[in-house]
Amino acid sequence: MSFTYAPAPESRSVVDIAPSYGLFIDGEFTEATGGKVFKTVSPSSEEVLSEVAHGSAEDVDRAVKAARKAFEKWSALPGSERAKYLFRIARIIQERSRELAVLETLDNGKPIKETRDADLPLVAAHFFYYAGWADKLDHAGYGANPRPLGVAGQVIPWNFPLLMLAWKIAPALATGNTVVLKPAETTPLSALFFADICRQAGLPKGVVNIVTGDGTTGAALVAHEGVNKVAFTGSTAVGKAIARTVAGSDKKLTLELGGKGANIVFDDAPIDQAVEGIVQGIFFNQGQVCCAGSRLLVQESIQDELLDSLKRRLSTLRLGDPLDKNTDIGAINSAEQLARITELADSGEAEGAERWAPACELPEAGYWFAPTLFTNVTQAHRIAREEIFGPVLSVLSFRTPAEAVAKANNSQYGLSAGIWTEKGSRMLAVASKLRAGVVWANTFNKFDPTSPFGGFKESGFGREGGRHGLEAYLDV
Amino acid sequence: MSDRLSVFKTYKLFVGGKFPRSESGRVYEVTDSKGNWLANAPQSSRKDARDAVVAARKAVGGWSGATAYNRGQVLYRVAEMLEGRRDQFVAEVADAEGLSKSKAAAQVDAAIDRWVWYAGWTDKIGQITGSTNPVAGPFFNVSSTEPTGVVAVLAPQESSFLGLVSVIAPAIATGNTVVVVASEKAPLPALSLGEVLATSDVPGGVVNVLSGRTAEIAPTLASHQDVNAIDLAGAEADFAKELEIAAADNLKRVLRPQGVDWAVTPGTERMTAFLETRTVWHPTGSLGAGGSSY
Repeated sequence: MSFTYAPAPESRSVVDIAPSYGLFIDGEFTEATGGKVFKTVSPSSEEVLSEVAHGSAEDVDRAVKAARKAFEKWSALPGSERAKYLFRIARIIQERSRELAVLETLDNGKPIKETRDADLPLVAAHFFYYAGWADKLDHAGYGANPRPLGVAGQVIPWNFPLLMLAWKIAPALATGNTVVLKPAETTPLSALFFADICRQAGLPKGVVNIVTGDGTTGAALVAHEGVNKVAFTGSTAVGKAIARTVAGSDKKLTLELGGKGANIVFDDAPIDQAVEGIVQGIFFNQGQVCCAGSRLLVQESIQDELLDSLKRRLSTLRLGDPLDKNTDIGAINSAEQLARITELADSGEAEGAERWAPACELPEAGYWFAPTLFTNVTQAHRIAREEIFGPVLSVLSFRTPAEAVAKANNSQYGLSAGIWTEKGSRMLAVASKLRAGVVWANTFNKFDPTSPFGGFKESGFGREGGRHGLEAYLDV
Repeated sequence: MSDRLSVFKTYKLFVGGKFPRSESGRVYEVTDSKGNWLANAPQSSRKDARDAVVAARKAVGGWSGATAYNRGQVLYRVAEMLEGRRDQFVAEVADAEGLSKSKAAAQVDAAIDRWVWYAGWTDKIGQITGSTNPVAGPFFNVSSTEPTGVVAVLAPQESSFLGLVSVIAPAIATGNTVVVVASEKAPLPALSLGEVLATSDVPGGVVNVLSGRTAEIAPTLASHQDVNAIDLAGAEADFAKELEIAAADNLKRVLRPQGVDWAVTPGTERMTAFLETRTVWHPTGSLGAGGSSY
């Protein structure tokens, strides 16, 4: 006798997507210069959701000028007034959170369970948190009356579209900056809905400007002379290009880039909880997470037991319609990303690692990749070194804590790491040796607006979240 | 006046706690502000720079792992040793920068006091940069800072000693190790500082001092894959831009050159520029009537 789940789809009717969207500049939706547009599709079905304006360098210039104009009044507002705008935004996001969750799932392909229970609550919380800072900056530890920088040019990725927008816009506005934000090419819609939220909140024109487009649009934004601050979340390669672009200028730069997080499981770890943490670490959001625990480092003596449990658990994951409330694994965000994951996974096999995936039927339309793990992985393998940004776990083993630390740190990246052990002194000792900006001990992939996030080494610099996150937007 | 012939000092590099000559065998003439010969200083090669990075990397574990209290005492010891050699440094700074004896003395005094200032910071900086974070969930969440690693420092060109100390001390106070390129035309106080550091309980490799042509050595440091950060204090704007571009290759933390009055008591910026924040999460569980939920 077998049990199957009946479909339990979240209703799409809660969201109304227009057939086309313009750029949001100076408080108005406007066509791109030359009228260029691009389509955004739903990754789970390849259905075209809408047509979006493709911003040019000229459009970026218009947006930066609007932000500059708005800066004077916005930065001069009492912090308590700026705070109230941000509180309004936080509240409207809460009110519209189901609509936004469905929209995000449609445009991104991630399960509704995640957008509803993780992305949207965190988005609202982030605005609520930074709203409270706006009139308390004197007490933030950056001296009396710290000043904003001016116009912030912000470029965000497609893996958490609205959450990354919140991480960028909330601290920027709280500190008195104005922004021009470029959402990712494959997930522009939630940022455009956010523009509408700004209108509902009565935010002054030009304080937030959204310019949709591709990499060239983002490049024009970070290179624009009128921009005082550049914030980027995305790949390390693009991060380096941006660092070169802003070299020699006065632009303040923060980068939140790739990772190859080590999730270290010691022999005394609670196995069932560790398995849940490993699954959360690499299969949350289809592994398209910069801080994913993509390298599992397991102590040799428990490797077999752990892998058995893990494989059993992976066999129960449900892959399919992202709008279904029971779905664990949604669609990969784009054909391009799917090709990248496929290529790297194939290299794992070619280099001698052993591939395993549960029996898993993939839908015909859309972009899908089954949860996959590799054993017999060496540190030299590409799948142990390069960020896959997909649901692919590389398993390595170790004997001693020192070896675990050495292997964990053997990476160009340094964003996240996990530790599973019941022994407090070992947890603290290992945590203090890991060159990573976020260490999750006996948990994984937890986020909070009060908790600073960001990397060591080539995972970037600067922190987002908490008191630390203010520094990126202040002239200090 | 005695007609005794004085003993000249051979100025040498300070790398890994030792005093090597440049592996290239090159020296260059150092003169005072009036053009009179003072000494021949080693003209470091790119290989010397790479050797210095190796020495600095080797020292990271021990120095960053030392207690903050210990680092504070070591930095204070530097001030003690300098006080004893005050006259020597006053003479060297006066020659190097063309200053009167009293003005040079003011520079040296300020430099000694700067070591004391940073000695006191070693076990306090973490308390103002770290935090416990009230996350909305059953987690203990704490952010703390730790050193970036190996920091390349281009010392200020004009302020041969006070400027030099003002860029080295903050970097090592927090547990980084440094490779410093001395002022090109006035390297002698920097090379003499190496002799002080060698007798101040500063472990070998924590500070490595190179003299030579900044334009020759700096690009090697800026593009070096095992250097984590670079302080461009001693670079002109155009050159600084070039170095910042090279530094992007492994995403070094870059401190751009800015007009600094070295005589003014500094803030914390030169320390925080070379610190990384790590946030650790752990579940807290609860101890209700039924016992632990974890």
